[in-house]
Amino acid sequence: MVSREKKLKIKDISWLTLVLLLSVLPLIPGFTANSFRMHIMILIMLYASMAQAWNIIGGYCGQVSFGHSVFFGIGAYGAGMAVVTYGGTPWLGIIIGMILAACVAVIISYPCFKLSGHYFAIATFAIVEIFNRGFLVWDWIGGALGLDYPIIEEGLKNFMWHNTKTPYYYLALLIFVLIFSIVRWLEGHRFGYYMRAVRDGQETAESLGVNSTAIKLTAMALSASMAALCGSFFVQYNLRVDPPMVMSLDTSMKFVLVTILGGSGTLAGPLLGAAVLVPLQEYTRAFWGGLGGGVDLIIFGLLIIIIVVKQPAGMIGILQYIQKAFKKTKLQEVK
Amino acid sequence: MAILEVHNVTMKFGELVACNSISFNVEEGAIVGLIGPNGAGKTTLFNCISGLYKPSGGNIFFNGEEITGLKPYEIARKGAVRTFQVVRPLKDMTVFDNVLVGAFLYSRENRIAFEKAYECLRLCNLEHLKDKIAGELTIGGKKRLEMARALATNPKLLMLDEVMAGLTTTEMKASVEVIQRLRDHGMTIMIIEHVMEGIMPIADKVIVLDGGVKIAEDVPASIVKNEKVIEAYLGTKYSKRYREKKVERTDGGAYT
Amino acid sequence: METFIQVLIDGLLSGMVYALVAAGLCLIWGVMDIINFAHGEYLMIAMYVSYWLGFLANIDPVISVVASGVFIFIIGVLTYKLIIRFTIGRPGLVALLATFGLAMFLKNFCMNRFTPNFRILSGTWLGDKTFQLGGLIFPVPQLAAGLLALIVVGIIYLIISTTKFGWAVQATAMDKEAAELMGINTEKIYVLIFGIGGACVGIAGGIMPTYLAVHPEVGSMFGLIAFVCVAMGGFGSIPGALLAGLLVGVVEALAGFYIAPVFKYIAVFALYLAVVFLRPKGIFGW
Repeated sequence: MVSREKKLKIKDISWLTLVLLLSVLPLIPGFTANSFRMHIMILIMLYASMAQAWNIIGGYCGQVSFGHSVFFGIGAYGAGMAVVTYGGTPWLGIIIGMILAACVAVIISYPCFKLSGHYFAIATFAIVEIFNRGFLVWDWIGGALGLDYPIIEEGLKNFMWHNTKTPYYYLALLIFVLIFSIVRWLEGHRFGYYMRAVRDGQETAESLGVNSTAIKLTAMALSASMAALCGSFFVQYNLRVDPPMVMSLDTSMKFVLVTILGGSGTLAGPLLGAAVLVPLQEYTRAFWGGLGGGVDLIIFGLLIIIIVVKQPAGMIGILQYIQKAFKKTKLQEVK
Repeated sequence: MAILEVHNVTMKFGELVACNSISFNVEEGAIVGLIGPNGAGKTTLFNCISGLYKPSGGNIFFNGEEITGLKPYEIARKGAVRTFQVVRPLKDMTVFDNVLVGAFLYSRENRIAFEKAYECLRLCNLEHLKDKIAGELTIGGKKRLEMARALATNPKLLMLDEVMAGLTTTEMKASVEVIQRLRDHGMTIMIIEHVMEGIMPIADKVIVLDGGVKIAEDVPASIVKNEKVIEAYLGTKYSKRYREKKVERTDGGAYT
Repeated sequence: METFIQVLIDGLLSGMVYALVAAGLCLIWGVMDIINFAHGEYLMIAMYVSYWLGFLANIDPVISVVASGVFIFIIGVLTYKLIIRFTIGRPGLVALLATFGLAMFLKNFCMNRFTPNFRILSGTWLGDKTFQLGGLIFPVPQLAAGLLALIVVGIIYLIISTTKFGWAVQATAMDKEAAELMGINTEKIYVLIFGIGGACVGIAGGIMPTYLAVHPEVGSMFGLIAFVCVAMGGFGSIPGALLAGLLVGVVEALAGFYIAPVFKYIAVFALYLAVVFLRPKGIFGW
């Protein structure tokens, strides 16, 4: 037991170093203000946070939701409404958005959790489409026109900066650290074990006194509110939101793909997925975008097929494989 | 005092009557065996008690409280915990984490739950396997894991569904010892076994089911001499007369 | 009243085509328990095949529909051989995500090659013709597509329920291992099912350019509607998919006409949720 705790500490230290490294890295180009590189760093943090939010319900609790873009959108609209419609600071909107997303998650998940397999997946698709079209015709929140941010005073109060991306980066890092810490904490606590028990065998978990419905709903609510937080960051960074931009199957798929390709149900998977996929996507777009629309996505599509088919455990599986191979050669050397 | 009271429990699946008006009591601190040939309704009865099925009729009381139709997790929280005949390891989690999930019912606190989990792993001879992924265990290991996990919840009533089937003789002996030790600590234990030998020496009472009906309830010494029981197990070899009787009875059972 | 019946007829006509698109997906889902996310993109490609044959070689969709069916049959077989084969026996999510990658590839490939422009095939034999019956208007292209859809769904249903091949398919769907033990080549069944599932949607896509513009995004919504139809009809039930397809078509038309066009799909997806919340395995599911 002692060794177990020690191991965890070592793991935590390596995590801290990684986060520290990530926060120092952008400082180097930060002064030269290479905004493209900065943009990529921000996207990595954002996607890693989104994926980690999804990982709570999808990876640890085993409920594969394709509906997370709805929560992402609610968060985005929470902040957007606060700024554009009410002319206030986005912070209150962010909090309301997170709470609202959690409530919506519980209300729509309760009946959906009674469905199994593909029926559940398709139900979550259906919900995304309903929200997407519902928001398109809802005039109060801007309808199909969406919300366009006015230029207002920059600073933390308004969550807006005009000439530099560095503060955005640090806020993204903060969100990333927050969500990762929550998941890290969950991993070692009763709730985290219960989530995984529900994933691996709902009936078994119930036979051991686990109220699986309550666990799934709580995990979904937590995951949804974190997704909403990511959504509100997105809108503050993007300064514009309309329904197809946030509430679409493609956005939902980003949540799922980054996690699965990185390694679902693991702490590091979402970061790995984002750190590989985001630069890949952005650089292919930058380099091959000139060949006509869609080349980056053609490559991306192929890549998804290859990784999903060949490496079901995601990139973390590849890392583990390399680690094992490395250990083996070391052992042979000793012999 | 009876810790578990089963009154006229009936379970129907459409036309099929898997359990027909079964009644019995389990005394606190006893080891009770539930035996019978294949398809006698033993596991169905367990499923009714543990809340996996909602019985079509009858009542079940645990500790004087009615538990009929409660959710499985509610029944488990009251202290009646079962294992599964077809093992169901939480297969992507380690052996230790599997047991820990059970132990969290004993205590919400990490430290106490961890200790309880270790204790149960030791008790079931799984300590050396604790970091293995549960899905990779041998069948014997998985059976022991089922038991360790249920034990970790610190149940008042432990319901074991064929934990000894498929084990080697030495493994079976070890299991029997564990069960006796638990009883000595005051736990009430109900065991389903298909094979009689494992259970006869330790049981205080044996209930025999056949074709969904209770045909006998007695101390092991009398059960082995009970004519109906012998017929139920060896009937086909013995009298033609018995076979006719059995047909009559199951027919009658299905429609009353 | 007459408007209502007219709207109903329009709905039924598009519902028949939905049913055909869904029938292909339904076969694959029923036999292999896989959601083919690229199903809508198959439809889109079939439409392009039909469009280009009509535009470049002047072959009318009514004839080239055979070519579209065969082409997508081949694409289906290739999809199985190159991708799906590796996902059999793994969690359902694997095949879903892999085919999502395929959908992304196909959609953007067409985007890149054919531009996102809407393309309309004019001067077809059926195009723009209508046929009147007692004050009701039947657009000929849709009517032909609907009837073709019904015929193909009927043939598929007959094949599955009466032929020796159909029984082998059913056996494979119920229990792959047992079917193998009885000497059924399940690998071959899977390949053929993916091909036939593709051919269904290929035929649907082949006839559609007579009344619908072709563009790279056209398949996505049809794909989603096909998912909804199959799940609503119930696990692998072809009559279920047919019924669900018709229901979806009618609901879509009614909501689009009586509420507002945007509500078409809201109504369709809400209908799906209502059905599965009441019957978690669909109308014909168990």
